[in-house]
Amino acid sequence: MDTFPLILSLEVACAATAISLVIALLAAWALSFLDFRGKDLLDAALTLPLVLPPTVLGYYLLIVIGRESWFGQAWESLTGSPLVFTPKAAVIAAIVHSAPLLTKYLRAAIESVDPIYVRAARSLGLAEWTIFLRVVLPLCQRPVIAAAVLSFARSLGDFGVTIMIAGNIPGKTQTLSVAIYDAVESGNGGLARTLVLIVSAIGLLVVWLSNRLNRQQAMGA
Amino acid sequence: MLEARLQKRYARSSESAGFELNVQFQAGAGTTVLFGPSGSGKSLTLELIAGFVKPDAGRILLNDRLLFDSGTAVFLAPQKRECGYLFQKPALFPHMTLRENLAFAATKLPKLERYRKVNQLLESFRLTELAGRKPNEVSGGQRQRCSIARSLVVEPAMLLLDEPTVGLDTTLRHEFYEILARVHNEFSVPVLLVTHDLEEAFLLADQMLVLLDGKIAQAGTPREILKQPASAGVANLLGLFNLLPAEIKQLDPGNNRSKLRWNAIELEGPYYPARLLGDKVTVCVRRDEIAVSPKMGKAEKGELVLSLEASAETARTALLHFAGGLIVEIPLEEFAENRHHSEWTLRFPTTTLRIL
Repeated sequence: MDTFPLILSLEVACAATAISLVIALLAAWALSFLDFRGKDLLDAALTLPLVLPPTVLGYYLLIVIGRESWFGQAWESLTGSPLVFTPKAAVIAAIVHSAPLLTKYLRAAIESVDPIYVRAARSLGLAEWTIFLRVVLPLCQRPVIAAAVLSFARSLGDFGVTIMIAGNIPGKTQTLSVAIYDAVESGNGGLARTLVLIVSAIGLLVVWLSNRLNRQQAMGA
Repeated sequence: MLEARLQKRYARSSESAGFELNVQFQAGAGTTVLFGPSGSGKSLTLELIAGFVKPDAGRILLNDRLLFDSGTAVFLAPQKRECGYLFQKPALFPHMTLRENLAFAATKLPKLERYRKVNQLLESFRLTELAGRKPNEVSGGQRQRCSIARSLVVEPAMLLLDEPTVGLDTTLRHEFYEILARVHNEFSVPVLLVTHDLEEAFLLADQMLVLLDGKIAQAGTPREILKQPASAGVANLLGLFNLLPAEIKQLDPGNNRSKLRWNAIELEGPYYPARLLGDKVTVCVRRDEIAVSPKMGKAEKGELVLSLEASAETARTALLHFAGGLIVEIPLEEFAENRHHSEWTLRFPTTTLRIL
């Protein structure tokens, strides 16, 4: 069996989770702690990828990072190669797929911290960002890790956006989900079943781990 | 010196009856106590001063520094207000040791200065030996001490204390009062303290503000307030008074005397200026100022005989409930000797009958 799709998917999911975590932490912090004009709009915009069809998201991304876009052209002139239909595009697809849900989970985790600690820190003159990093995050680290683990699983499973912007190039951009689709299309039932079992096993493991982390936090461990 | 004028309104909703706070007061050096029942707006007042909640209108000045002014749209973040805040629970960061809690508060200080300050405060609050422990590894009293020490790290211009002794037992309470006295003497930080405990208010307050339904019902020293409550609401809140609906039957300025009728009983009070015959008034008389003794023989002039309907005993005194809803408070020993008497003689010293 060709292990490339599995390895690529794991690499893409790792990179996407790391980047999503930074984006989602920033977004969750802004939505929970800051009071600014357009907060509701930002919240809605960040939720949008959860409700839009993957093809629509893929289409938007093609407009933004495609070879014809100013971003795509700038990228190409800087790096010498296009962004779309590369593993990097698969990472972007996975981020778009996982970051919105991660933001929701992180916001819930952050808001589960007793606000008395935040108030106490504010009365001590500490900056909002310091309070977030040194008080809030350490007090909700388990749900944050649990959310990151779930986000990893979600990144692993993207299909629609990936096929739109990274394509299905075996040995280059073919992730696990795309490879399953490819195997079914080409009548390779054995390979499809193996890949499906692998994805299911990883998913089960990840959800179990995430639940366990959340339960330990709830027990105050 | 803190000068505050604050307005905050919460609209009525399906879950709450709505509330409006509208207060104006000053708090100088020493301890100012915000005293009032639950839901009177005490804690909200503190939150507005600390900057945790934004007032709808008003102005807050602390040592001539403008913290909030609705007219000029000034609203300083809590971080910039230099107000130390103590909550109903110590609110120490649970993932840090006591030393780390203090050091974290001192983040902005240069390293050497931070080290010196943290050590000095740990020493001063007898926490040096416990400094390496987490908050859940020390006692409630030690947590409370650490919480005060932490609030002093940043040298606040004022300390705001929101019912800090709720849930503490008597010993810890008194330990807390001692610490507060030290904060007062050694650090000279003015304190604004919220409580609904009358004894605590009298013990700590240099100045007292009585809050009722979102408004300041009376301001003054505890003695002044006790001597002359401004309204029936304040007298009721203090819980030490009888409020008797009465009618003025006679006014005699020459002899500084008046006669009042309450429940067909005639009472003799001092002359009440600016009152007219026939005025319906509320007479306020302290429970422990009514002279009472078991009835022995015939009642003399100025005395009335009432039957004891019920009695309740506290740690030091007995509360005697008489007909007409009158309550008299006497020392416990005095009652213990006479508890079998059903008829009692009561006398109201003239000066004790205040009109609200």
